[in-house]
Amino acid sequence: MLGIDDPQIWLAYVLCVLSALGCVVYGALNWKEGEEEEEEQVVKSNTSRPAVQE
Amino acid sequence: MAVNTSTLIILVLVYLACIFYLARMGYRQSSQTDGYMLAGRKVHPAVMALSYGAAFISTSAIIGFGGVAASLGMGLLWLVFMNIFFGIFIAFVVFGPKTRRMGLNLGAVTFPEFLGRRFQSRFIQGFSGLLIGVFMPLYAGSVLIGAARFIETTLGINYNLALLIFTIIIASYVIKGGLLSVMYVDALQGTLMFIGMAFLLIFTYVELGGVVGAHQTLTDMAPLVPQGLADIGHQGWTAMPSFGSPLWWTMVSTLFLGVGIGVLAQPQLAVRFMTVKDDRSLKRAVLVGGPFILMMAGVAYVVGALSNVYFYRTTGKIALEVAGGNTDLIMPEYLNSAMPELFVMFFMLSLLSAAMSTSGAQFHAMGTAIGHDFYQEGVKKGKSKGTTIHATRFGIAISILFSVVLAYILPISIIARATAMFMGLCTSAFLPIYMGALFWKRITREGAVASLVVGSFGSLFWLTFVHGKEAVPLGICQAIFGKATLLSGTWPLVDPILIATPLAFLVAFVVSLATKPMPEKFLDKCYSLRPQDEDEDALEQSAHKNADPASV
Repeated sequence: MLGIDDPQIWLAYVLCVLSALGCVVYGALNWKEGEEEEEEQVVKSNTSRPAVQE
Repeated sequence: MAVNTSTLIILVLVYLACIFYLARMGYRQSSQTDGYMLAGRKVHPAVMALSYGAAFISTSAIIGFGGVAASLGMGLLWLVFMNIFFGIFIAFVVFGPKTRRMGLNLGAVTFPEFLGRRFQSRFIQGFSGLLIGVFMPLYAGSVLIGAARFIETTLGINYNLALLIFTIIIASYVIKGGLLSVMYVDALQGTLMFIGMAFLLIFTYVELGGVVGAHQTLTDMAPLVPQGLADIGHQGWTAMPSFGSPLWWTMVSTLFLGVGIGVLAQPQLAVRFMTVKDDRSLKRAVLVGGPFILMMAGVAYVVGALSNVYFYRTTGKIALEVAGGNTDLIMPEYLNSAMPELFVMFFMLSLLSAAMSTSGAQFHAMGTAIGHDFYQEGVKKGKSKGTTIHATRFGIAISILFSVVLAYILPISIIARATAMFMGLCTSAFLPIYMGALFWKRITREGAVASLVVGSFGSLFWLTFVHGKEAVPLGICQAIFGKATLLSGTWPLVDPILIATPLAFLVAFVVSLATKPMPEKFLDKCYSLRPQDEDEDALEQSAHKNADPASV
C-alpha cells in the first residue's frame, strides 16, 4: 500500500494522516457548536450569576 | 548553506521587524501579572495551538530527526502518531480543560504553582521551580547551540556573535513582553514553519515521482542498507527494524515512550493550557494543533527518509554516505542540492523560527520557575517585596545567563543528550503527580511530595549511574566507582523514564493511600465548575454527541 510493503509502516503513515484529519474534524465540530453558544452568552453576561460549585 | 547572503540578511531583517511588532503588541496588553505570566487567559485557540506546536518543535526536531529518519527509515512515523495523539489530542482534550479550570480555581500562574497549590505545598512549588530552573537551562543551552551553529553557517556570522545576537533578540521580547508577546511571535513563527514544511513535502513528492512512486523506489532500495545497520536489525527505509533487534529496542523504548508521552508533562507546554478563556478554546485548538505536528515532524521524517531516493538518483550514494556519516548534515545537504534557492532562504527563516520559538518558551518557563516559584514562593514564602513580574524578569535574565554559560562549558556529548535528559526528568518527576492532581481526588500532599522526590532523584540517579548514554559522557560514575555504569548487561540500555516513572507512580499511590485524604472542601474548590463551564457541559449533554471524558 502506498508503495510501502511493511504493514507496520504504512499503518503508521495512514494513522498519522487520519489522526491529523480527526483533529481537524473534532476542532471544526467544536468551533461550530461554540458559535451558537457564544451568542447566548452575550445575552447571559448582562445577568450576573454567583459561581456554582459541583 | 550556499545562498545569496545579502538577500537573506534583508529577509531576516524584515522578519525581525515583524517579530518586534508582534512582541510590542503583546507587551501593550501584558501589564498585569496574569498577562505577563499567562497571556491574560483569553488567547485565541489558533494562537494557542501554534504557540504550543512551535514551542514543542525545535530546529533539531526537523533537522536532527529528519536526518535520523534518513538513516533509520520511516518507522519514526509512529512517533509522529504518538505526538499527534498524546501530544495534541489527549493533551488538549483530556489534560487541557482540567488544567485550565483547576489553575483558574486555584489562581495559579505557572506550572509549579499549579502543582503547589493543588497539593497545598510550597515545597512542591519551590522544588519543581528549582528542578526546572536547574535542568531546563541544559535543554535551553542545547537549543541555543543548535541555533547559533545554524546562523553561523547560513549568514556567515561568527559563532560566538551569533549566539549572543540570537540570545539577546529573544531575551528582549521575553523579558519585556511576557507570555503574550512570546505567543504572538510563536504564532507568526508557527505559520512560517507550516508553509515551509508544506512546500518541502510537495516539492519532494513531485520531484521523486509522486507519493506511491517515491515510496516504491525507496522500498526497492532496501538492499542498499549499509551492513553495519543491517546487522543491528535495519531492514530497509520503509520497513520496521526486525523485532527484538537492538535497533528495534532503541526505536521503541527511547523514541516512542520518551518523546511521545514525555510531552504531556512539559512545564512550558502545560502552562499554555491556562492561557485560553474556556474549555471549548482548547477543543478548537485541536483543529490547528494536529495538522501542525503532522506537517512538522511527519514531513521531516518522510522527507528525511526519501532524501535517500534523491541522493541515490543524483550521486549513486545513500543519504548517510553523502553526509559522511553525520545525520545532522543530511537535511541541510538535501535542501541545498534539491530545492530552489529562494525556497532555501525561506526555509531558513522557518528553521530560525523553530529555534526562536522553542527558546522563547524555555526562557519564559525557566524565568517564572526561578523568579516566581523558587524565589518568591519557595524561599520567601510568598512574602517577597517585589512584584511577580519583577521577580520573573530577574529570573529570566539569570536563567538565560546560566543557559549560555552551560552551552559554553559543557562538553558537546552532554549537550547532545540534554533534550532527552530533560524530557525524561520531567516525565518521571511531574507526570505522576500532574495526572494525580487532575484525575485522582484521593492523592494526598504527602503522596505527591514523595512521588516528586522519588521521580526526580530516581531519574537523576539512573541517568548518572546506570543509563550508558548519559552516565558515560557525564563520567561521575567512573570517578566515584571506577566503572562506567553501576549495572551491566541490558540495564544500561534501559531509559530512565522506564524505571523512575513507574516507581514514582507507585510511590504516589501507596503513600497517598497510607495518609489522610485532602479536605473535602478544598477538593470541591479545586474541581469546581464556573457558570460558563456548566453551560458548556449542559450544551454537550443535550447534544448527545462528542462526550467529553474530561468534564467533571
